[in-house]
Amino acid sequence: MATRETHQETPQETPQETRHEMTDATTFVLMPALSPEMKSGKLAKWLKREGDRVDAGDILAEVETDKATMEVEAAESGVLERILAPEGAENIAVNSPIAVIAPDDLPASSPLALCAQAANDLPEAEEEFVLRITVREALREALAEEMRRDANVFVLGEEVGDSQGAFRITQGLLQEFGARRVVDSPISEHAFAGLGVGAAMAGLRPVIEFMSFNFALQAMDHIVNSAAKTLYMSGGALNIPIVFRGPNGSRARVGAQHAQDFSAWFAHIPGLKVVAPYTAADAKGLLKAAIRDPNPVIFLEHEKLYGQSFPAPRDKDHLVEIGAANIFRAGRDITFIAFSHAVGLALKAAERLSEEGIEAEVIDLRTLRPLDMNTILGSVAKTGRCVIVEEGWPRGGIGAEISARLMEEAFDDLDAPVARVTGRDVPMPYAGNLEKRALPTEADIVAAARKALYLKA
Amino acid sequence: MAAANPAPPESGNVRLAAFLGDGDDVSIYRAMLLIRRFEEKAGQLFGMGLIGGFCHLYIGQEAIVVGMRLAARESDQFIASYRHHGQLLACGADPRAVMAEMTGRRGGLSAGKGGSMHMFAPECDYYGGHGIVGAQASIGAGLAFANAYRGDGRVCVCFFGDGAADQGQIAETFNMAARWRLPIVFVIENNRAQPSGAGRPGHLARRGAAFDIPGETIDGMSVEAVREAGARAIERARSGGGPTVLEMRTERYRGHSLADPAKYRRKDETRASQAPDPIERLREKILSSGLADDDHLKRLDAQVRSIVAEAAEYAAHSPEPDAADLDTDVLI
Repeated sequence: MATRETHQETPQETPQETRHEMTDATTFVLMPALSPEMKSGKLAKWLKREGDRVDAGDILAEVETDKATMEVEAAESGVLERILAPEGAENIAVNSPIAVIAPDDLPASSPLALCAQAANDLPEAEEEFVLRITVREALREALAEEMRRDANVFVLGEEVGDSQGAFRITQGLLQEFGARRVVDSPISEHAFAGLGVGAAMAGLRPVIEFMSFNFALQAMDHIVNSAAKTLYMSGGALNIPIVFRGPNGSRARVGAQHAQDFSAWFAHIPGLKVVAPYTAADAKGLLKAAIRDPNPVIFLEHEKLYGQSFPAPRDKDHLVEIGAANIFRAGRDITFIAFSHAVGLALKAAERLSEEGIEAEVIDLRTLRPLDMNTILGSVAKTGRCVIVEEGWPRGGIGAEISARLMEEAFDDLDAPVARVTGRDVPMPYAGNLEKRALPTEADIVAAARKALYLKA
Repeated sequence: MAAANPAPPESGNVRLAAFLGDGDDVSIYRAMLLIRRFEEKAGQLFGMGLIGGFCHLYIGQEAIVVGMRLAARESDQFIASYRHHGQLLACGADPRAVMAEMTGRRGGLSAGKGGSMHMFAPECDYYGGHGIVGAQASIGAGLAFANAYRGDGRVCVCFFGDGAADQGQIAETFNMAARWRLPIVFVIENNRAQPSGAGRPGHLARRGAAFDIPGETIDGMSVEAVREAGARAIERARSGGGPTVLEMRTERYRGHSLADPAKYRRKDETRASQAPDPIERLREKILSSGLADDDHLKRLDAQVRSIVAEAAEYAAHSPEPDAADLDTDVLI
């Protein structure tokens, strides 16, 4: 997916000779976009330094997106006068300036004022840059820290090594830990899941990456029959300390076989722990906890969260307990229960309702198995109403389970039927408009809340 | 990735030492006889209703696991299918615990929760006991991966049948094992019971050819032939040469499981005359070479029968699991 794109502010047709005659022939190099969906990206590396002479076609920098690294070429010859986006800068908006190229023969100082202005327009102030972290970085840090801590931890999956990870989660791990511990597997989900189980039986701590949990269906036999059941079948003699991780759930416009949410499948199975974080801090703390856990853990990430930034602790031993939900937002009127990407939707819905004086409590489940029923029951005892949000299918879903448990354990606390907002009961469609309708939205949650509150839509 | 250090630690498995004895023909005879008598007893207990569900007997195939056990070091790992009572005994698992697992008792190797197909003895480096056909191949490759990762010189010996050889994960596993030169020996126990025709002579030894995995077809009814070929393949794996496929031509005398009357096999097919019984064969060799006399072998048989009888007695009288055990061992 190596794509080369270069953007410039000056008209493309400007010939070099005339450009030299212009009073201000400075060229901005702009942040490129790989896809129409891409809003921002990271500046991974500068290959040229300020003051370097560059020719048209020279590669200036590498820009990283959710999916690939792009090389940014110089469209014009000149001097790389100023770098505006420092190496490592995150969330640089598409089409914002990342560098300035000045013609060779112009005094270097001429566009400085312009540059200073452009620098102020950068989306990330330096302070924020230190305190915030993307989910992708959080996962990468968790892996690297656990690999440094325990020599038995290794990563295996498709494209995790040489390619630096299909979603860049394993970026840099091969360079630090070598091919012995960062293992590029063939496209053999069934057997490499089994291989992971065997390595775990021998006492290693495998982290098996699925490029998508949609592909983990090929490995379902080893996940269920080998990983989940062995402790029980052996009467407690043999445990399987393994993590299966990767993106699960919706992705933009990839159709039915790459975008389904299988949370409920895994949450159904005794012998597994199932984790689905929303924030970067939880992603890091839960992945570290999962790697240290003596049981098999299914770690469900979300492609739409990888590039999202959250405040994150820098503590090396930031662990988050598996099995503990988090009350993300307190409220007295209604309880929203969500996990993974849907937590963001629930929070937005809560903000919208708050403008009308309705205060929703938002619970981020974080772990789907074991389920933190105490937190759920405590909240519903307070609010008396509950909306459960998930991307997965409604039948036999996480919402169906929680709804049944609330009926069994909190019947007298409920002032309205428990509502579910789920993915539509169809395979994921490709067409943009249909895909949008197949997934839960903020508006769906608001509508479900209004119904549970017996308010007019 | 390759196994480096060729000197693995030995852990001192007393029962395994007793099982193998001095490794001479008489000890080997006794080892195979123990498996044979154990399986005969299991068949009886199944008939009496003490063993439920499935019970896959190893009768006729004893030379394979005993030969491989003789070829391997104590710390090498074994992994097998559901037809694995022979593997358990050959790795040094307690015959009483194995039999009590089949009867579903608290004293069973898996505390009564696994059954005949699901037993593990990690303290003896035995890793199951897998009920899903072919699962042990990729799991076994994982054990071998760990050996290469640690460079501890251990080798995994992985048993599966001609039926399992048709599973897709076998090809996936061969690919990874060859690519990473994993220290593993794939022992295909070709009892020609698989109706698809996978068990045609010499056919399975070539299954690894596309991955440059060498293969050999071995007379699996000869413990000496198995031991020799096993030793070569294990040494190759230990020295970093990667995997080998050993196709063992063998014969099991009973149906697939005791719930299977083996009606699909013709009567003349169930006991092919050209394949002499491995235990009978060794007995004749011992007697004709004068290594031991008939009385000595009879005493051995009595000794083996008493071990098996004790196991059956234990299995019949060990209490059932506590009701509270139902919910334990799901997670640690």
